[in-house]
Amino acid sequence: MKIAIIKYNAGNVKSVEIALERLGISSILTDDPAEILSADKIIFPGVGEASSAMRYLKERNLDQIIADAKQPFLGICLGMQLMCHYSEENNTACMGIFPEEVKKFNVDLIHLKIPQIGWNNIFDLKTPLFDGVSENSYCYFVHGYYASLGQHTIANAAYGLQYSAALNQDNFYGVQFHPEKSAEVGGKILQNFLDI
Amino acid sequence: MLTKRIIPCLDIKDGRTVKGTNFVNLRDAGDPVELAGFYAEQGADELVFLDITATNEKRKTLASLVNRIAHAINIPFTVGGGVSSVEDVRVLLDAGADKISVNTAAFKRPDLINELAAAFGSQCIVLAIDAKKHEDGNWYVYLNGGTVSTAVKCTDWAIEGVKRGAGEILLTSMDHDGAKNGFALDITNSVSSLVSVPVIASGGGGTPAHFLEVLSQKADAALAASIFHFKEIAIPDLKAFLRNRQIPVR
Repeated sequence: MKIAIIKYNAGNVKSVEIALERLGISSILTDDPAEILSADKIIFPGVGEASSAMRYLKERNLDQIIADAKQPFLGICLGMQLMCHYSEENNTACMGIFPEEVKKFNVDLIHLKIPQIGWNNIFDLKTPLFDGVSENSYCYFVHGYYASLGQHTIANAAYGLQYSAALNQDNFYGVQFHPEKSAEVGGKILQNFLDI
Repeated sequence: MLTKRIIPCLDIKDGRTVKGTNFVNLRDAGDPVELAGFYAEQGADELVFLDITATNEKRKTLASLVNRIAHAINIPFTVGGGVSSVEDVRVLLDAGADKISVNTAAFKRPDLINELAAAFGSQCIVLAIDAKKHEDGNWYVYLNGGTVSTAVKCTDWAIEGVKRGAGEILLTSMDHDGAKNGFALDITNSVSSLVSVPVIASGGGGTPAHFLEVLSQKADAALAASIFHFKEIAIPDLKAFLRNRQIPVR
């Protein structure tokens, strides 16, 4: 099985490659469209800032490559947010694979530390991505923006308000948390994705 | 619900884990890769590795150690010690680190924090502050592993660091380091109230009650070393203790 991890200028993407290695799966880290399109599965990780990441993707036409992907596709953290249609982070038009919007946690409303950093539970789990994962399992989150709940939500999380911990549309999956850093639960979710 | 994090810290010197008291009298505490794997299995929420190796030459081996650790654990980990440039950070992230902590170099050239946050995102940048309480009752920043004092108040530096882009504060009380007499509640609460980002309390954790005390106040996470390395408190027992006292833990 060929797994492509999309390489772009959004923070650290190495840990996903290492997490797959722990599952015994090798992957390639690439920004070459031909390599990405010929993969069996595509992972789109990323931490960082939305507008500069979107600009980088557009300059290389990677946004179109992603939108046209037919194979199982998993966006992680910023990757998931860029698959939504719009992010409040520097007023960024994103890829629109999911119609949900990405908003900033409002400290005046939720009175919590921002960014959210740490382990939080996920619930109302749907789709085979969460097969064998217990309701309220803990996953590791690091984010200051969140995708609102919508018809594509397949897992919820709560931090002052409820939001989408995961989204799904056809072959496209997105998770706000970091499965590559979420201990056994995260390993199970990555394995489920590989099994789709 | 977001849980409070328990974070074992591994001080690394020449590839081994060491631990001292009040930043001196280092003792060997084992192989960092083995310890890391053990803590991850035990339910640690994160790990912190601070390289206190003296020379730059020896420090070059840090990236390969980071890479071995990254393969051994499935939880987040922060690496720090002598980080002073975007390039230093890139090397460690490429080796598999998730976050980077900066300390002395950021104090000496605060723009470093802005540069790192711009290059890698704030979530990646932990500002480590070593602090000591002076007779005037204020806490002051210390540098170079606690050997150099400054006239800057800990709270002022924390606020500036967050403004510049630090995504988290790792606050170590030198007065409490290794002493196992409880965390520095006053400065931890002050810093946590003044900044919007999470604060990790460090220094002084000696009993489960100390963790309960600091985590039921304003700390978002608590870090400790000796008590975990020398097996005085097992992480599952500590978490059970906290859970039974209504502290949310994983």
